Amino acid sequence: MERSAHATFWSRKLEGFGRGWYKFSRNPLSIIGLIAVLLVSFLATFAPFVAPYPKHAGVFVNFAEASQPPSLRHLFGTDVVGRDILSRIFFGFRFSLMLGVVVLTLVVPPGVILGLTAGYFKGTWIDTVIMRITDIFVAVPPLILALAICSVLSPNIFHAMIAVSLMWWPWYTRLVYGLSSSLRNEFFVQAAEVTGASRLHILFKEILPNCLSPIFTKMSLDMGWVILIGASLSFVGLGVQPPKPGLGTMVADGRIYMPDQWWITVFPAFAIMLVVLGFNLLGDGLRDLFAVEEV
Amino acid sequence: MRLGVFLLKRLLHSIFVLLGLSILIFIIARVMPGDPARLALGPRAPEWAVQRVRESMYLDKPLYAQYYYWLKDALHGDFGESLVTRRDVATDIKEFLPATMELVLFSGVIMAVFGILLGAISARYSNTWIDNVVRIGSYAGVVTPSFVFAVLFLLIFGYVLHILPSIGRISSGVARPPVITGLITIDGLFTGHFAAVLDALKHLIMPGVALALGGMSQEARITRSSMSDNLRKDYIAAERAQGIPERVINLKYLLKPSLIPTVSILGLDFAALLANAFLVELIFNWPGMSRYGINGMLRKDLNAIIAVIMVMGLVFIVVNILVDLIVAFLDPRIRLGAERSK
Repeated sequence: MERSAHATFWSRKLEGFGRGWYKFSRNPLSIIGLIAVLLVSFLATFAPFVAPYPKHAGVFVNFAEASQPPSLRHLFGTDVVGRDILSRIFFGFRFSLMLGVVVLTLVVPPGVILGLTAGYFKGTWIDTVIMRITDIFVAVPPLILALAICSVLSPNIFHAMIAVSLMWWPWYTRLVYGLSSSLRNEFFVQAAEVTGASRLHILFKEILPNCLSPIFTKMSLDMGWVILIGASLSFVGLGVQPPKPGLGTMVADGRIYMPDQWWITVFPAFAIMLVVLGFNLLGDGLRDLFAVEEV
Repeated sequence: MRLGVFLLKRLLHSIFVLLGLSILIFIIARVMPGDPARLALGPRAPEWAVQRVRESMYLDKPLYAQYYYWLKDALHGDFGESLVTRRDVATDIKEFLPATMELVLFSGVIMAVFGILLGAISARYSNTWIDNVVRIGSYAGVVTPSFVFAVLFLLIFGYVLHILPSIGRISSGVARPPVITGLITIDGLFTGHFAAVLDALKHLIMPGVALALGGMSQEARITRSSMSDNLRKDYIAAERAQGIPERVINLKYLLKPSLIPTVSILGLDFAALLANAFLVELIFNWPGMSRYGINGMLRKDLNAIIAVIMVMGLVFIVVNILVDLIVAFLDPRIRLGAERSK
């Protein structure tokens, strides 16, 4: 008896997933996004195995092959000390994805909890305190404050993660605040209140599940934006530090060798565009799938 | 009356936000490990000199006292001495801010005008090749960081084609117009220095467009989607049935309400312009406040960092109030004074 109920539960889940996938896959752009994201994730995870010259990711010098234009041997050419650009891009994806994943992991839980709480207690002092604090954080574009934080700490990828995280949580608070403050008037929430459910139960079991689709959609879109901010930080020298291959770092390093050695700059730039485009297309696909309007 | 109350509320809120921002950035600047004074002067500076800087920044006092003194000075327009340029930060900002404003305003105009224009064209010719080109182009624009555009433009137009000047605000051979606003193009127009205006515009094109493209693409996408939503509404069909000319419908009844979401997002896009100016100014060697700020950041010039961020916050807040006013003007349904829903 219990077992069959279990089975129906899962078969229903599966059916729902199948339907969602069908809807998602109708849009070729969403599929392109998904493929781009999977490809980048694969290359980043297995960079030491798929990169043609894994040693070139760090300190490596080979002046015999320095500054070579793209060829069959080095598809994207080599930089001024002879490192293979393609290999370095694969390793650069690692830093980008790591930044995105770490930042979102740090940012989403507190941002969401604060938004839930402020929205549920809309009109009280709790709402005022939380939302006025977010007002301060969004008063300056996140990139500028992240730059400032990175600069006062010593610049490296770890501090870049902290800096971007500190700037990013208010956007989740704002998103969930809007959802939560309207959901609290729904009948199912009021029903739970009347039956004496605890505040924790109402926030996390009644309201939160109804906020999940916008949150996941925003996370997918934000992966792209966080990676972009990370690349910007690296570009000015406040993110990934050489000789580590950050995508932004590589664009910046190649700048002085333009236009003769354009490949040093141009290919990492395209790599950044590929990552951001992938997560954006994926996010847009999810937005259509969940019929989310708020993000 | 309502407008007055609304403005007053926004103003009070802005003051609160600026105060909060100053506390935030002050804390960030002071949690830095190590001694800011020693860092600024370098390891070889004599102890008495370091001590003097420490006293001038009140570093020997507790944190709340440091903030109090800083705020008192800041309200008098004194942001302390830049530890890098050895001048008053306020003087530095006065000198560098106009260049940034010129760049960002130029960029903002391009962003708004072309974004709306492209979006409207795309909606008008929806599902034709024009629409497809605009849509794909705007997608590419949204996902490309402005520093990548900047670097690519520099490569193509500056180095390969040699048709645009690649660094600075004005060529060295061209006489600068007398300073009125500090914006070379505006000053030149007022005083009749048209050669300078032309030269300054040439310098503006690459950094300006590189900055604008991201926001412009976003504006185009939003304008397109809101226009094509509104096109399907009944009131448009009713106007067509009444025989109102298509051109009038498009301009008067369709475009105006469709611009509300576009304008609402303009504030955020303007913020992105300010943020990306930090990178673009660096690339084009643009002598603006952002480049000053980033150089301050790279050299841990605390007074300069704090001041630049405060000025950015101020500019951003002013722009947002303006955006709110424009939206209220466009949308009679938005009751002034009522809380904004988002």
